[in-house]
Amino acid sequence: MATSKKWVLGLVVLAVVVPLLKPVFPDAISDYRLFLVSTMIIASIAVLGLNLLTGFNGQFSLGHGAFYAVGAYTAAILMDQLSFPYWATIPAAAIVCFIVGYLFGLPALRLEGHYLALATFALALAVPQILKYRWLEGLTGGVQGIVLLKPEVPFGLPLTEDQWLYYFCLITMIILFWAAANMLDSRSGRAMMAIRDQNMAAETMGIDIALYKTVTFGISAAYTGIAGALSASAIAFVAPDSFTIFLSIKFLIGLVVGGIGSLAGSVIGGIFYVLVDNSAQALSQFVKNGLGLPFDLSAYTVFGILLIVIIYLMPTGLAGGLQAVWRRFQAARG
Amino acid sequence: MEQFLQQIASGLANGAIYACVALALVMIYVSTDHINFAQGEMAMFSTYLSWQLMTWGLSFWGAFVIAVALSFVMGVAIERLILRPLHTAPILSIIVVFIGLLAIFNSMAGAIWSYLIKEYPSPFPKSSFGIAGVIGSHQLGVVIVTLIVLGLLFAFFRYTPLGLAMRAAAQNPQMARLVGVRVDWMLALGWGLAASVGAVAGIMVAHIVYLDPNMMAGILLYAFASALVGGISTPAGAVAGGFIVGVLENMVAYAGNQIEQATGIYIIGNGEKLTVALIIVIFVLTVKPAGLFGRVVVKRV
Amino acid sequence: MAALLEVKELKAFYGQTQSLYDVSFDIEAGGITTLLGANGAGKTTTLRAICNMVRTTGAVRFDGREIAGLATEEIVRLRIAHVPEGRGTFTSLTVDENLRIAAYTRRDKAGVQADLERVFGYFPRLRERIQQQAGTLSGGEQQMLAIARALMLKPRLMLLDEPSFGLAPLIVLEIFRILRRINDEENVSILLVEQNAALALDLADHAYVLETGKVVMSGPSSVVKDDENIRKSYLGY
Repeated sequence: MATSKKWVLGLVVLAVVVPLLKPVFPDAISDYRLFLVSTMIIASIAVLGLNLLTGFNGQFSLGHGAFYAVGAYTAAILMDQLSFPYWATIPAAAIVCFIVGYLFGLPALRLEGHYLALATFALALAVPQILKYRWLEGLTGGVQGIVLLKPEVPFGLPLTEDQWLYYFCLITMIILFWAAANMLDSRSGRAMMAIRDQNMAAETMGIDIALYKTVTFGISAAYTGIAGALSASAIAFVAPDSFTIFLSIKFLIGLVVGGIGSLAGSVIGGIFYVLVDNSAQALSQFVKNGLGLPFDLSAYTVFGILLIVIIYLMPTGLAGGLQAVWRRFQAARG
Repeated sequence: MEQFLQQIASGLANGAIYACVALALVMIYVSTDHINFAQGEMAMFSTYLSWQLMTWGLSFWGAFVIAVALSFVMGVAIERLILRPLHTAPILSIIVVFIGLLAIFNSMAGAIWSYLIKEYPSPFPKSSFGIAGVIGSHQLGVVIVTLIVLGLLFAFFRYTPLGLAMRAAAQNPQMARLVGVRVDWMLALGWGLAASVGAVAGIMVAHIVYLDPNMMAGILLYAFASALVGGISTPAGAVAGGFIVGVLENMVAYAGNQIEQATGIYIIGNGEKLTVALIIVIFVLTVKPAGLFGRVVVKRV
Repeated sequence: MAALLEVKELKAFYGQTQSLYDVSFDIEAGGITTLLGANGAGKTTTLRAICNMVRTTGAVRFDGREIAGLATEEIVRLRIAHVPEGRGTFTSLTVDENLRIAAYTRRDKAGVQADLERVFGYFPRLRERIQQQAGTLSGGEQQMLAIARALMLKPRLMLLDEPSFGLAPLIVLEIFRILRRINDEENVSILLVEQNAALALDLADHAYVLETGKVVMSGPSSVVKDDENIRKSYLGY
């Protein structure tokens, strides 16, 4: 797949170089835009986490918002109570979330399809309440949450805070995606996917299904947890009501629209849901003023409709669709 | 003692609501093997419809009947138009579609009627019944209405030819076809009935929890717990599970209150209700997935 | 007189695998026809194909009317009753409910009542167990229930898939005797798929033999019974 590697390299170079041109194009490469792209990177990592579990390993999760929350709160508590530097919260959140994910993966071994979806859905619904639990208030700050400081630019580099945040997220993303790509390309990756495709056959092939499933759960939770930890630093704030079931729905949208079982799809999906989320206001204005309807259209109506439409028209998501177009293009070239 | 009885009574009232939503979930599960994650939002949307009808001048019960009828049509339409083409699609696709429906219903309700919490009237005259005012009139009304609806459904399935056809179609669709039953329409009717039952639950509970687009999320979670406790493959089990879970929920909160009063230590209270439901769900799924009255389905190799 | 059921160049597929190759046969009204063949020859598939339960190409005409594209339940409503492999009783429903569900598509209440009486006449054991759950009946009783239920559809044609399967010989004889009576008294044509070739050839007027999805022999059962190859392959002597 040499061509795709070239594309990836090219994109990475662009991603590294373009923001450095901020002094040259201060309006186009604004701090707000950089912040927005950072949130897209974080979203991509979160969706990748979900994709590893659901797309590549076949275990449905409607509750990845829970792991995102665990990662975010781990980071916030470490920074707030133990004065951890922001960069150290990332590996810490990864470890904590891996353990939580693995522990959840153990009972999940017994649950298939709908039942696992149900269990994770229930988890997602309960998360805000768990975070507001009185006995944890000392740690979590209860309903008010925890206020944090944005990461400082290190080594006196000539960057704005948002530029630095962007590069920090970018580096994390590159490492995580590179690791995921390697894992998926290895024997372990093939085992993961064998479990997704033909559960019974995988067992007779001698793969320790239980081990792979629980560890994948852990890794998946760790990835989404890292995204959560990054978001804690990026937004400099965590509160229970940011982690409702709708967060998990956004991850699902990213997964389905981007492409189930596709690394590139995770990136597309993450970019997509952040874009739509941020365009909700504009969309609502359009509906009210442009179309004259007295409705406050929200992003979730668009999300909901898209979920259904994509399943019907393009079940492999945008990544799958683009791949198909590319292949036809290649074939036409001969 | 009086407080204890009040808690039981209110637990039964809550349980009646859970029983209805759990029944709706189980009806769809038994006939299609799918869990309708959008059940709560559909019920909420139906409740808003009834509220709108009342704003336009209809009486409570007039709005109730029309909203329930509209919900029936809505359920049939969803099954025929959105779900029917996906009968053979992979499970993930179907679950995604349910979540899509959830998002649409929730956000449309917010878009049309705003997110401001509204009051919702009770059709039952204000007073307390029972021994020393143990149960509120609305709570009693909820239990009675629920029992009537459940009774009608039971009679429908047990004694009418259409009900029999629906039961047969749910049990063994292939064989039902071989006796001439139009199984596809039975599924659509099942969805219609489930949507109607959900609407009844939403309208009954709106007075207690106030009308707002997110009002059914917690109730849905409790309905899941109820269906699992009773046995997700049996409608009667779902109803029993609803009442059991309703009373259990209140007993836990009550116990927590008592402990806090006696010892000053807060362990558990009203703020942890969803967490309790989550624990019930996980517990039943891992320890006894068939629930109290259901049967375990053997996975065919 | 046109045949009751005409099957022409029927091909059937399970997914990508082809199971029937150009099966053609006719069934005259009024008689009992049997479809013989070894395991996997395509006998069950043929019955399923007639009811459009598998993907098919080719023509199937019932009473002169093309039914190949119709939905299974619509074909059944044309008065073709199919008693599948394994009986197909609704095990959680009672005997009574199993019979009533078959009358679901009928409008004539008095006729339904009369038919119920006649059905109990053929199978008195069912009347004794009328409120019992079908799943708790013995194998033989469930087979009787399946046939009784088929009768409640007031069929012109009854398709039976291996009714003798898993049943004691005495019960099988009893059932086959009743099938003969039904054919005589109710004017129901029967298409019988059977592994037990001797019994089937005794009961039927006409026989077709299938091998790997093709018809290899056809004729009156007396002729087929005497054929040397048939005797060696299916009758054991």
